Amino acid sequence: MAEAPQERVLIYDRIDANKRITLVIMAGFVLLAAGVFVSIGVIVSYYAGTPESELVGVSIRVGVVAAIIATGIGIMMYFMAPAAVLTIAGAHEVTKEDEPELYRIVENLSIGSGLPMPQVWVVEDGAPNAFATGRSPDQAHVAATRGLLNKLEKRELEAVMAHEMSHIGNLDIRLMTIVAVVVGIVALIADLMLRFTWYGAGARRSNRSKGGGGIGLIILIIAIVFLLISPIIAGIMRMALSRQREYLADSSGALLCRNPAALADALEKIAKDPDPLESANKATAHLYIAEPLQGHESFTNKLFSTHPSVEERVRLLRAM
Amino acid sequence: MTAIIILAVLIGIIVLGVFIIAGMYNGLVRSRNRVKEAWSGIDVQLRRRASLIPNLVETVRGYAEHERETFEEVTKARSQLENANGAADNAVANNMLTGALRHLFAVAEAYPELQAADNFRELQRELSDIEEKIAFARQFFNANVLSYNNRIQTVPNNILAGMFNFVDEEFFETDDEGRAEVKVDFSGAAVGD
Repeated sequence: MAEAPQERVLIYDRIDANKRITLVIMAGFVLLAAGVFVSIGVIVSYYAGTPESELVGVSIRVGVVAAIIATGIGIMMYFMAPAAVLTIAGAHEVTKEDEPELYRIVENLSIGSGLPMPQVWVVEDGAPNAFATGRSPDQAHVAATRGLLNKLEKRELEAVMAHEMSHIGNLDIRLMTIVAVVVGIVALIADLMLRFTWYGAGARRSNRSKGGGGIGLIILIIAIVFLLISPIIAGIMRMALSRQREYLADSSGALLCRNPAALADALEKIAKDPDPLESANKATAHLYIAEPLQGHESFTNKLFSTHPSVEERVRLLRAM
Repeated sequence: MTAIIILAVLIGIIVLGVFIIAGMYNGLVRSRNRVKEAWSGIDVQLRRRASLIPNLVETVRGYAEHERETFEEVTKARSQLENANGAADNAVANNMLTGALRHLFAVAEAYPELQAADNFRELQRELSDIEEKIAFARQFFNANVLSYNNRIQTVPNNILAGMFNFVDEEFFETDDEGRAEVKVDFSGAAVGD
């Protein structure tokens, strides 16, 4: 008997859903960024000794200038990010001749998902792991470590690559690239401004005569506190988003390779492997299929964890 | 005054209706185009497969000259695939070719020199790769067909689909009975030598 095709969510519908979620999260990041720029305006104008009557106008002007500069840097970072990620990971591109099995698997999955063929990369590292990056499905990259190729069976490798292809299909690669850039810029700005405040405080004391009074000081303190916590807020938002995308990539990856059990097996193998991934750091950890930096379990660790626990993911996959 | 308001409301409703219908129509067209695009994914692999057949037959003939019936079966299946029209027709022809190829490879087992030939092994690898790719392309195609068929059969799209002649697309189905038959052939060939 011919097997009946199974109703499944098509890639197009998932992309639509992803676009909506992206919009909401982006709105959150825009609000956060606006707060950051206003804070910059407040701090700069306060230390420039602006009279209280002009404080609002000067703050806004300084904030807008800072926003324009930050957007420019952000766009540059966005275009450089995928190449930077591959370089940091120490990946090298492979052809069909170099790695026929991996290449064919990716080829098959790109046919099965209707996505263009991504560039295939290998990281020479014994720890089994994989990631996807890029700005769009047309310019996407998937990378597997040598450990993944050596330690996994073919069906498991196929499942892992299906998970990575799903990150491409769901447009997670673009989403997470943008988010990483925004988080990076917020952290950079907060750091710069806090140093400036520290340094500026000295200059301010010698300028006291022009000064603002009590309200100005309160606003200043609010701005500084906001800048202090903004990288943390951005980080939490990013991790929450990343975990959501992992669940989705698991389920759509399982659908793509038609083998949830293989993905569950692969995740268990990856989690149990004792080799640490040398080339992963905090900036790239969220890209991998399983958390490469395994630390102790604590509340903050959970809050900042880029991935849901492997046990939970395996449980969901086995229930499929 | 009230007449103008009523008229304006009516025109508003009509304009809104036209926009909604245009949106639905465009959705149907997009959905149908996706089916076509998904089909090209299968078609590419079927062509790749067909293009390897003459080479394969020649290679096998060099070692196993008197297996004429098997060659004929493969060649016939190939030409049938090339003349096939539509997904269902192509699926039938493709299943036939799959069966014929399995038969050929089963027969080839009896010729150790053929098994050892680089050319033959390369063709075998390539064909099994294509077979996997056809399976993936089929999965994507059938998912698109299902989504499209569901769309044009459900309210309210079915009304529009009827008006503008959107018809059900065929699935590309593998034939498991055909596969079972080939398994019998395989054991027969093994006994035969």
